[in-house]
Amino acid sequence: MLSVHLVLFLVFGAVALAGAVNLLAQTHPINSALSLIAVMAALAGEYLLLGAEFVAAVQVIVYAGAIMVLFVFVIMLLNAGVEERTKGSRVAILFGIPGMLLGSLLVAWVLLRYSGTGEVAAGALPGAPKTIGPLLFHEFLLPFEITSILILIAIMGAVVLASKPPSSPVPPREGGF
Amino acid sequence: MVPLSYYLVLSGILFACGVTGFLIKRNIITIFMSIELMLNGVNLSFVAFAAHWHALAGQVFVFFVMVVAAAEAAVGLAIIIAVYRNRETLNVDRVNLLKL
Amino acid sequence: MSVIKSAVVLGVLLGAVAYTVWLERKVVGHIQNRWGPTRVGPFGLLQPIAVGLKLFVKEDLTPPYVYKPLYIAAPLIAIIFALTSISMVPFGNDVVVGGYTIPFQITDVNTGLLIILGITSIGVYGVALAGWSSNNKYSLLGGLRASAQMVSYEISLGLSVVGVLIMAGSFSLRTIVDSQAGLFWGFIPRWNIFTGQFVGFFCYLIAAYAETNRIPFDLPEAETELVAGYHTEYSSMKFAMFFMAEYANMITVGCLATLLFFGGWRGPIFGPGILQAIEPVFWFVAKVVVFLFIYIWVRGTLPRFRYDQLMAFGWKVLLPLSLANLIATAIAVAW
Repeated sequence: MLSVHLVLFLVFGAVALAGAVNLLAQTHPINSALSLIAVMAALAGEYLLLGAEFVAAVQVIVYAGAIMVLFVFVIMLLNAGVEERTKGSRVAILFGIPGMLLGSLLVAWVLLRYSGTGEVAAGALPGAPKTIGPLLFHEFLLPFEITSILILIAIMGAVVLASKPPSSPVPPREGGF
Repeated sequence: MVPLSYYLVLSGILFACGVTGFLIKRNIITIFMSIELMLNGVNLSFVAFAAHWHALAGQVFVFFVMVVAAAEAAVGLAIIIAVYRNRETLNVDRVNLLKL
Repeated sequence: MSVIKSAVVLGVLLGAVAYTVWLERKVVGHIQNRWGPTRVGPFGLLQPIAVGLKLFVKEDLTPPYVYKPLYIAAPLIAIIFALTSISMVPFGNDVVVGGYTIPFQITDVNTGLLIILGITSIGVYGVALAGWSSNNKYSLLGGLRASAQMVSYEISLGLSVVGVLIMAGSFSLRTIVDSQAGLFWGFIPRWNIFTGQFVGFFCYLIAAYAETNRIPFDLPEAETELVAGYHTEYSSMKFAMFFMAEYANMITVGCLATLLFFGGWRGPIFGPGILQAIEPVFWFVAKVVVFLFIYIWVRGTLPRFRYDQLMAFGWKVLLPLSLANLIATAIAVAW
């Protein structure tokens, strides 16, 4: 009943949930960023349990190792401080949390009601790079190329948006030389 | 042997936490991180279904989600830097007027 | 069994880190026309022990204005991930002891190389968080510069090894070494550096210098520029952890270079049976020591890059070069 697979799933799941709740509970963005990194690491563990080894490695390299570094950079660069409570936040907490709880209870009820979909074994679908590679380059070639162009556009956009605006030209001196 | 519904419930809870963070947080960077949390929850359900239906396409799709998340994070953070330069604040409630 | 192997490898690695420090001080000393440590033990060989003892008993000062959780966590992150990446590295062939086949490797994972790249990516956090949590202009600047440099050169590092991957056909490090077996014309070994990965090797070398923050890319921790960069506010044991993490990273990079480009533990095997089991390890260690010597030699010889030169080089020169290497290798293999 209590197999190693279930125990590992529960451990990684608990870490992911703790990180997600901590992201909401913390006031300083750097703590939220570190909790999100913990969530991503736990999810990489979950992917390994499902046999998706390449996806787990890419999750660590790309998501936790590059995207989150970007977030941490921006937090450090902008010197983000502790978040302040403004009027809007009170309204959002008043309506947002009950609404979210309602929505998630609905989803959970639907999921558990129709949960006769069976079990998933540990390492059910081994996703080695050798098997994912041909799929990525044959059947999914068009999305692959389009996402490459998307990243190129994003790079150009980010460089343009974050650069300093060109300084206004110095007005000519009054009254000649 | 873990039932598929356990993975889906975990994915759903992560998504719900992401949406909650998006609604209740006031710091723009934390809101962006809640969006990343939502995307991570969705990735988990993709991989779980891929394992269940023995379809590798689910794992391939996770790549595309990650790529889109990376592109969106890059552009979004650049916008945040630009907004910070003009409004000197990271609180979304203070960036609510078209003109200062 | 893996527990015993992990303990042995960890012990050897920590000893290797200490003696790499000794090697560096001697070699840099001789390059600068002076002796280096000579007093503590013969040839200064007991110097690392003295250094370790000193760092251990020094007063561990925590400035009051730092952000304590991250201040304490950052060196831990740096050293944990620096020491973890050694677990995928195979040191030698399988050895048969009393009926058990023991591979000279802690674990052989299918995607070993990818995991080492992932661990390198996470190691960036140690530097960035150390710089930020010290609550100090110099540390913040040093931390930001160091992490931007590491992230930029990580791409070239990854791309420069893809050429090797294409030729070997697998991410597993043992398979990559096994694909370098055999000799050309009877005496030149079929190492990857001779079978076309010359450019790949140099891209890897330069990217590795930038990843481990060593001269000529060590602006983030340059003593004359930024006080001491991201580890300004650290003293005694925490500073020692950053120090050890840097040298452990150097050793890991050296091990990877020998595995990917120099044939790992392959070398002429001769002698009686028991010696034959140990000799691959000896060749591996010898190649890693040569690599470390080159590392230290470059450190003593070249001046430092300015930061904008560094970033321009990484993005405008090294990245296209690695991509060109990848495309050329792919075309050559496809024919």
